[in-house]
Amino acid sequence: MFLIMSKRRLNDAVTMMEIEAPLIARKARAGQFIIFRLDEFGERVPLTIADSDAERGSVTIIFQAVGKATQLLSQKEAGDFILDFVGPLGKPSELEGYKHACVIGGGVGNAIAYPSAKELHNNGAIVDIIAGFRSKDIVILEDEMKAVCDHLYITTDDGTYGEKGFVTDKLKSLIDAGNHYDLVIAIGPVPMMKFVSKVTEQYHIKTLVSLNPIMIDGTGMCGGCRVKVGGKTRFACVDGPEFDGHEVDFDELMLRNAFYKDQEKAEYEETCRIGRGPAKVTGKE
Amino acid sequence: MAINTSLKKVPMPAQDPLVRNHNFKEVTTGYTPEMAVEEARRCLNCKTKPCVEGCPVNVHIPEFIHLITEEKFEEAFQKITETNSLPAVCGRVCPQESQCEARCVRGKKGEAVAIGRLERFVADWHREHASRPPEKAVTNGHKVAIIGSGPSGLSCAADLAKAGYDVTIFEAFHTGGGVLVYGIPEFRLPKAIVSDEINNLRAMGVNLQTDMVIGRILSVDELLEDLNFDAVYIGSGAGLPSFMGIEGEDLIGVYSANEYLTRSNLMKAYNMEYATPIRKSRAVAVVGGGNVAMDAARTAKRLGAEKVYIVYRRSFAEMPARKEEVEHAQEEQIEFLNLENPVRIIGDERGQVKGMEVIKMKLGEPDSSGRRRPVAIPGSNYELDVDTVIVAIGTTPNPLLKKTTEGLETDRWGCIYTKDNGATSREGVFAGGDAVTGAATVILAMGAGKTAAASIDAYIRHKKAALSRTEI
Ligand SMILES: Cc1cc2nc3c(=O)[nH]c(=O)nc-3n(C[C@H](O)[C@H](O)[C@H](O)COP(=O)(O)OP(=O)(O)OC[C@H]3O[C@@H](n4cnc5c(N)ncnc54)[C@H](O)[C@@H]3O)c2cc1C
Ligand SMILES: Cc1cc2nc3c(=O)[nH]c(=O)nc-3n(C[C@H](O)[C@H](O)[C@H](O)COP(=O)(O)OP(=O)(O)OC[C@H]3O[C@@H](n4cnc5c(N)ncnc54)[C@H](O)[C@@H]3O)c2cc1C
Ligand code: FES
Repeated sequence: MFLIMSKRRLNDAVTMMEIEAPLIARKARAGQFIIFRLDEFGERVPLTIADSDAERGSVTIIFQAVGKATQLLSQKEAGDFILDFVGPLGKPSELEGYKHACVIGGGVGNAIAYPSAKELHNNGAIVDIIAGFRSKDIVILEDEMKAVCDHLYITTDDGTYGEKGFVTDKLKSLIDAGNHYDLVIAIGPVPMMKFVSKVTEQYHIKTLVSLNPIMIDGTGMCGGCRVKVGGKTRFACVDGPEFDGHEVDFDELMLRNAFYKDQEKAEYEETCRIGRGPAKVTGKE
Repeated sequence: MAINTSLKKVPMPAQDPLVRNHNFKEVTTGYTPEMAVEEARRCLNCKTKPCVEGCPVNVHIPEFIHLITEEKFEEAFQKITETNSLPAVCGRVCPQESQCEARCVRGKKGEAVAIGRLERFVADWHREHASRPPEKAVTNGHKVAIIGSGPSGLSCAADLAKAGYDVTIFEAFHTGGGVLVYGIPEFRLPKAIVSDEINNLRAMGVNLQTDMVIGRILSVDELLEDLNFDAVYIGSGAGLPSFMGIEGEDLIGVYSANEYLTRSNLMKAYNMEYATPIRKSRAVAVVGGGNVAMDAARTAKRLGAEKVYIVYRRSFAEMPARKEEVEHAQEEQIEFLNLENPVRIIGDERGQVKGMEVIKMKLGEPDSSGRRRPVAIPGSNYELDVDTVIVAIGTTPNPLLKKTTEGLETDRWGCIYTKDNGATSREGVFAGGDAVTGAATVILAMGAGKTAAASIDAYIRHKKAALSRTEI
């Protein structure tokens, strides 16, 4: 059982939690993730390690309630417990030796990109962040991101905050303005990662994307997370989740992520309707 | 007592095939005491005990069977557990027809004595009647870490705990048991049996820590150096699924058997109370001919598929699955497409499986494994109408521990190299089971765990003796 030490709502759909997991906190590196299972009846769901504090023994997760598992988790409070919390999984990002990086996040993807930006910044790189959101009311982590970069550019699709437009437009204009990036990291919805990679390919800039296929074990034993990279099948949980954006078959990833769409939609609607799932978790109610 | 001269085994009571292929309850319901005694009386109690030689852990077979004829069931259980710590499991899943029962003298004319069924009976009887949990041994103050809670890790833990070691098992999954919980289905091995075994270990003082992926959260070196374990046993299995490398394998509706079975067994997708999704299939092709393929096929049937095919490139004679599983699968209306091999998987515009192209095979000359090599018959291709494909063509050891443990040698398939006593190339690190042999059997994994437990005991005693000599 893992204690929820603190909880903060970042916007209507996105929640930040600090989980007590001292062994994971000691080892966690940027780019790695955990898998949680809320209770006996729950699914195993991967979430990026957004931050960790070895001294406090805590791991921070930031997640968007999109389906049953994340919805139920968002209903838990500080002092409650999560049944299973496994990690750190996946390969840490290799972020040393870069001079000028552009880190691009889309929506909740900003939470996943944040630790990479922080590590690049700590390694001495100049870091520009382009944080894309649909609209003003869902902007998250603005202060946190500001603290770990040299320039923060916020874009919104509807222009209600920051600049109006897509992150790819902003990236192009920054490159055209003479910024010589030696690394671009793009994390967010699959189409966004796909289009960022298309842009950087024209400019021959190394680009890392973080893939989010459906997972079970996170240790390489099921192959459910397989993705095609450079024409080869790779297991995202052990060979990734970060890959070279110019080699990833994004279209296949989008298809595979819809594997259980119909079933999951029904469950999500059920969860929203009754406010919580069939399972009870011990802890403070 | 007079010998029972029947040429046939006492039949095993089982659920009706057309009922059981819609539920996940155990297929066979087990002998009654009367049936067990009757079957036990078929044993000739041979002086030479050929059956014992056929058993990888040399269970005292004639002795325990004789005790059954005397209705001394608890004594029979004690006799078996002198050498086999998981009889309720082995009685159900061992390939007896190629081990103990293959050597049985009664099998020369008629059927062998049903050694497996008797083993299961005795173990189940004990489970129902055992009055007290196992005791905790006096501790000797030494700590051993075990990686993986499959049969090899569990049996190693049991022997070390009995010898007084302070044992901690680290398991990557959220539940202990290895393949016994995530791979072998409930209808063949009820999970309550596995959790009983684990509870017994807990009563003996073994500490099971789940959610611990060694190589990530802690390394083997950290276990030895920072956490002061005197030795480490690696029983991490062979969990990495192989794919065929053919066109269409990444389509929606293609699973590794590991994923399919994990969703159904460990994550209980068959139970509506659990959130786990699994495909609602109409027609399923399972590729392979081992136990894993049979389990996947029979699970698919139970989850509601109308048609389930086993696509296997050789014939029944070469099939590596237990004979009983093949027979049960046939009874449950699984269709066997032997001497056929997939060429590609065909998808629709949404990336969903809508068929599999298959080619017919014939058997040619024997290959290095001694089995006749299947060769394709040109032009015999046809399309099988399926919406799900499950790949069950084998697994290899997971490379994580090799990658994160310097000096741990493996062969080119990633199997950990060990000496006969289970010692690896790293001092204080032992290994056994599927991690060493590649995918094999429960009994071999269990035997390897026991061998390593004895070696670990010897290693720690030796180290202690050497240490006390230098201190003098
Ligand atoms: C390595 C990794 C790291 C991740 N990190 C984060 C994170 O830090 N924060 C966060 O909010 N999310 C993250 N995700 C995504 C998160 O795991 C999924 O959103 C999760 O499956 C939701 O579970 P659920 O039961 O709530 O929804 P489900 O019921 O599983 O799914 C709801 C909807 O989302 C779709 N979906 C399911 N799984 C995924 C997926 N993996 N990616 C995209 N869509 C999916 C379904 O088709 C469905 O439409 C990460 C995924 C991976 C693989
Ligand atoms: C579907 C199926 C059906 C089978 N049917 C039969 C049968 O009928 N009869 C028979 O004799 N055999 C059968 N087998 C084979 C048998 O189950 C295996 O040979 C046996 O389980 C091997 O035992 P093991 O302890 O070596 O490994 P496993 O049972 O594989 O256990 C290994 C454990 O280690 C854990 N682990 C792996 N890496 C790590 C890590 N880094 N850190 C922590 N934990 C880790 C895994 O999660 C797993 O729980 C079957 C196998 C399968 C898959
Ligand atoms: S999640 Fe199972 S192999 Fe990656």
